[in-house]
Amino acid sequence: MTLTSTDIEGAQIVTVNAERIDAAMAIQFKDDMRAQTEDGPSRVILDLSQVKFIDSSGLGAIVAAMKQLGSGRQLDLAGLTPVVDKVFRLTRMDTVFKLYATLDDATSVAPAQT
Amino acid sequence: MVETFACSFTATELEARSGISAVVDQLRGLGMPQARVDEVQIVLAEAVNNVVEHAYAGHAPGDVNIHCNLAADHLTIYVRDAGVPLPDHQLPSGTPQDLSGPIDTLPEGGFGWLLIRELTSDIQYERSEGHNNLQLSFEIQVTQK
Repeated sequence: MTLTSTDIEGAQIVTVNAERIDAAMAIQFKDDMRAQTEDGPSRVILDLSQVKFIDSSGLGAIVAAMKQLGSGRQLDLAGLTPVVDKVFRLTRMDTVFKLYATLDDATSVAPAQT
Repeated sequence: MVETFACSFTATELEARSGISAVVDQLRGLGMPQARVDEVQIVLAEAVNNVVEHAYAGHAPGDVNIHCNLAADHLTIYVRDAGVPLPDHQLPSGTPQDLSGPIDTLPEGGFGWLLIRELTSDIQYERSEGHNNLQLSFEIQVTQK
């Protein structure tokens, strides 16, 4: 299992315990996310602070994880390291997800109204 | 002074991961700034993933050969494989995707060439003698101390 999960202040924090979300990891990540978020709070915060590298396969897996949540739930991203931040901005995926520099930043704001 | 090094590996996802890491470690060891190393790693991962997923798709995975020339202000990486050619023997355009639709319709792939084009100064592709030859060029800002 690459993920661990806790609930804090009405949100589910899912922590990625891996240094890379790359092509070799993408399918496992997507499956693990489905298992972790099958039910739970409407807001899920993905803690990426241990992830030092992501490629477009990993990016696609995060998009897939958001789709798996279904309508009425949201996936926010926290703790983006420089490479992860760069990949999200270059692909304009920073316009799709809410990005927070740290997990504290993410948990200190109320979830967006939908 | 030009530093040259090369590596080869079988085109599987796990071999690709260690091959990419080996190249990145070499570049870091040769003093390339970390931010540039990060960008090179993104480009190289996308280029190699394309070989694994497309060039050798449906075949036994063949070899990926990577050759790097690092000069003071310029890095050129050559990626060579014996898989099927790129469609129409042309580099894909890497056009940004439409992200404006509902979440259900968001693309989960097709970002690779966009990243490659945004992070390189030049790319060239040639198909010859049954091989794909991709040339990736990067400018490196040299900071004088």
